Amino acid sequence: MSQAMSSTPRVLVSPTPRQRIWARFRRQRLGYWSLLIFLSLFVISAAAPLWSNDRPLVVRYQHTWYFPLVKTYPELTFGGDFPTPADYLDPFIKDRFQGPGDFALYPLNHYSYDTLNYFASAPNPAAPSRENWLGTDDRGRDVFARLLYGFLVSVTFALVLTAIGTVLGIIAGALQGYFGGRLDLTAQRLIEIWGALPELYLLIIFASIFQPSLLLLVILLSLFGWLGLADYVRAEFLRNRSQDYVKAARAMGLSSWQIIWRHVLPNSLTPVITFLPFRMSAAILALTSLDFLGLGVPPSTPSLGELLAQGKANLDAWWISLPTFGILVATLLLLTFMGDALRNAMDTRVADHGGGVLPVAGLSAALPPTADESLRDGGPA
Amino acid sequence: MTQSSLDLSGGGNINANGAAGAALLSVEDLSVQFAGHTVVDRISFTLESGERMALVGESGSGKSVTALAILRLLEQARVSGAIRLGGEDLLRKSERAMRGLRGADVAMIFQEPTSAFNPLYSVGNQIVETLMLHEALDAGPARRRAIELLDRTGIAEPGRRVDSLPHQLSGGQRQRAMIAMALACRPRLLLADEPTTALDVTIRAQIIDLLLELQQEAAKERGMGVLLITHDLNLVRRFAHKVAVMERGRLVERGPVETIFTAPQHPYTLKLLNAQPQRDLLPVLPIAPVLLQAHAVTVSYPMRRPGLAGLFRSARFDAVSAASLSVRQGETVGVVGESGSGKSSLAMALLGLQRAAEGSVEFHGRPLTHYRGRDSRRVRANLQAVFQDPYSSLSPRHTIERIVGEGLALHHPELDATVLRDKVIAVLREVGLDRTILQRYPHEFSGGQRQRIAIARALVLEPQIMVLDEPTSALDVSIQLQVLKLLAQLQQKFNLAYLFISHDLDVIRAMAHRVVVMQDGHIVEQGATEVVLATPSHPYTRQLIKASLFHQ
Repeated sequence: MSQAMSSTPRVLVSPTPRQRIWARFRRQRLGYWSLLIFLSLFVISAAAPLWSNDRPLVVRYQHTWYFPLVKTYPELTFGGDFPTPADYLDPFIKDRFQGPGDFALYPLNHYSYDTLNYFASAPNPAAPSRENWLGTDDRGRDVFARLLYGFLVSVTFALVLTAIGTVLGIIAGALQGYFGGRLDLTAQRLIEIWGALPELYLLIIFASIFQPSLLLLVILLSLFGWLGLADYVRAEFLRNRSQDYVKAARAMGLSSWQIIWRHVLPNSLTPVITFLPFRMSAAILALTSLDFLGLGVPPSTPSLGELLAQGKANLDAWWISLPTFGILVATLLLLTFMGDALRNAMDTRVADHGGGVLPVAGLSAALPPTADESLRDGGPA
Repeated sequence: MTQSSLDLSGGGNINANGAAGAALLSVEDLSVQFAGHTVVDRISFTLESGERMALVGESGSGKSVTALAILRLLEQARVSGAIRLGGEDLLRKSERAMRGLRGADVAMIFQEPTSAFNPLYSVGNQIVETLMLHEALDAGPARRRAIELLDRTGIAEPGRRVDSLPHQLSGGQRQRAMIAMALACRPRLLLADEPTTALDVTIRAQIIDLLLELQQEAAKERGMGVLLITHDLNLVRRFAHKVAVMERGRLVERGPVETIFTAPQHPYTLKLLNAQPQRDLLPVLPIAPVLLQAHAVTVSYPMRRPGLAGLFRSARFDAVSAASLSVRQGETVGVVGESGSGKSSLAMALLGLQRAAEGSVEFHGRPLTHYRGRDSRRVRANLQAVFQDPYSSLSPRHTIERIVGEGLALHHPELDATVLRDKVIAVLREVGLDRTILQRYPHEFSGGQRQRIAIARALVLEPQIMVLDEPTSALDVSIQLQVLKLLAQLQQKFNLAYLFISHDLDVIRAMAHRVVVMQDGHIVEQGATEVVLATPSHPYTRQLIKASLFHQ
């Protein structure tokens, strides 16, 4: 003990558990790069209105600035004949911007997900060309733009669904696991009954009763999406609530909510976080399947499943099915890689190898010798 | 192979003596490394046939790794040196040849019989499996052998027990069955890795006696040697011919058992030998007030009734029945008993964490259940606990500062961050840790250090009573001594009352003013420690004392 007191008082800062998991995750090259690529794809697709749109970003026409991206102008503004919204892909309108001092800054890709190309040179579906990079679908819409927006919709949908499912699952699992007993017993039976409802038929029935929309899908899928996760959280809570640190916290006088929030929950999140990417890929797949069957989003919404259905209907138009398939496989693969890496990062059985990313790794060596340490009792096994 | 009725000692084993003149087991310059980290460092020893040798050391000294290296069961390890069994180097054998050796020539008994048996097969089935594999016996004779073996290891009704699943046997019976399985193929060498650590004290003596008897029998017939791995020096004195002491992977001392015990050379051996806790207590003042009092407390748990009746009503299982005791200021009351005797349930009831089905627990003369609001909070702060397992008693995701400071922040919300931190640092200093650890996490500390942190967490609330539930049972002997000394110092400094729960009579003898003996939920005897231990009145207390004296 005397040794401990005489050692220099410098406070060593250890990496937080979160930092350690992040460091371990970063060491998994495949998963780490998958995360980076996935995030970039998401950001790029989120910025789609800026670079794949049927309206110019900025128009300078007869000494006036126009911003069609944010404001809808009638055709009359640019010398057209009708008070309808201007179609900037109309050769006539394009021609109007050729005047001296006038210009229009078009996005990289001239089509949005619902732009019908009235002035296409080839019949629909048209093969890839300079105009339509991945061709058009059977209604004359740009496949590239639909893929781009479809990816964004899928990922956003998956994020929302995962978030709702995770929150519901954690709440249900935490309550059952922590309080146990009669509450647990009752809730388990209710969950079993709920889980026995035929999900797909309910979806089909509701899709025919209500106007199909993304919101409806989110609600319907959320109703069932939390069941699996709740079981994992419940098991973790059951395990952790009997740990001595929970007993100690109770002896300290903490309330049940404080114990759940501060002690049990943070130690029970491993399965939740590990499953996040897999849940997302399941959500994407669910949306795609429903759309493919025609039970999903309303017709004009860009969707990967709808594209696949079109590809099936137009087998000779390979430019519809092939890129869609590719995007879908790539997305699911990226998510799976991330999930694998995350699982490895959170697996405490794999030791932190010393000299890792954080300079503080291998701290035990830097521990000030106490009376205990001089005899080495066990060590952190 | 003879058809003798007791095949354990069945003679004529061709393997009996191996190459003439060679020692049964000779380990030469054995080193084991895991990922560049040396766990066993150039150790050498020999074991003659018929000999009993003990490998002694604390956890992390590399003794179990040595045993696993002999069986070549280590994965991802670099093993160098030589391990000769009857002259043949095991490290040069193929994996296939090793498989023929394991269980037949070299058998092992593990620490935890619960996890060493496959829970899905009956114990007889698992013994028969070994016999059919190594001795090429048919199912019928193998089963008869298994029953004989179980009978020999002292299991009652072996003909019925042979079909029991592991969970249907008691801890002691399981370890007996484990020994029967290990001896099934008449091994030349038996490795026993802490065979009694997981068992209750009264059972420990029986198991060691059994091992001793079986070895003596088998040594006559075929020269079976035993390598006993343990941290318990008292066990060694009773059992072994030779002792090798390991410290941090090195063999620091070896020799005949008498020499080691009478004239130890190495300071580490000395330290292990002197790890017996010493009594150093201040007497309790006659005027010291009674802090905590239990009146006929009964703790019960619902139990599922068998069959259809279970659906409607649950039966009641009394973990503690009508226990009465009191703790005075500055006093240590020791609660002693074996696993399942209700010690921990009693502790939970006294802490107010488990509702007493009957009876009441009074703190300062007022039932715990009558405290409300702020008073109830104050009681909480005054009643603190330290638990057995230092690995699960600290929340792994919090820093030490947060763990120790959490209770303070809860009970004294008026304190600002700097005062809070100063208090945490002060209490850490009390338990022998310094401020450099504030921002670190529990996993970076050893068992003894974690236990100190757990004590600091309890101490920071300035309690009057601390319930210590086996606070040193998971620690090595020398660390145990330090923690006990710390607890005694803290008691004297702060005039604390302890309720000290332990299965270890030596610890109770050193720490407690008064002792309470529990068996099957009942308090069978209580009184001043010296009196109870010197002149026990209840037969169970006598049995406990006898088992503990066996270790002396």
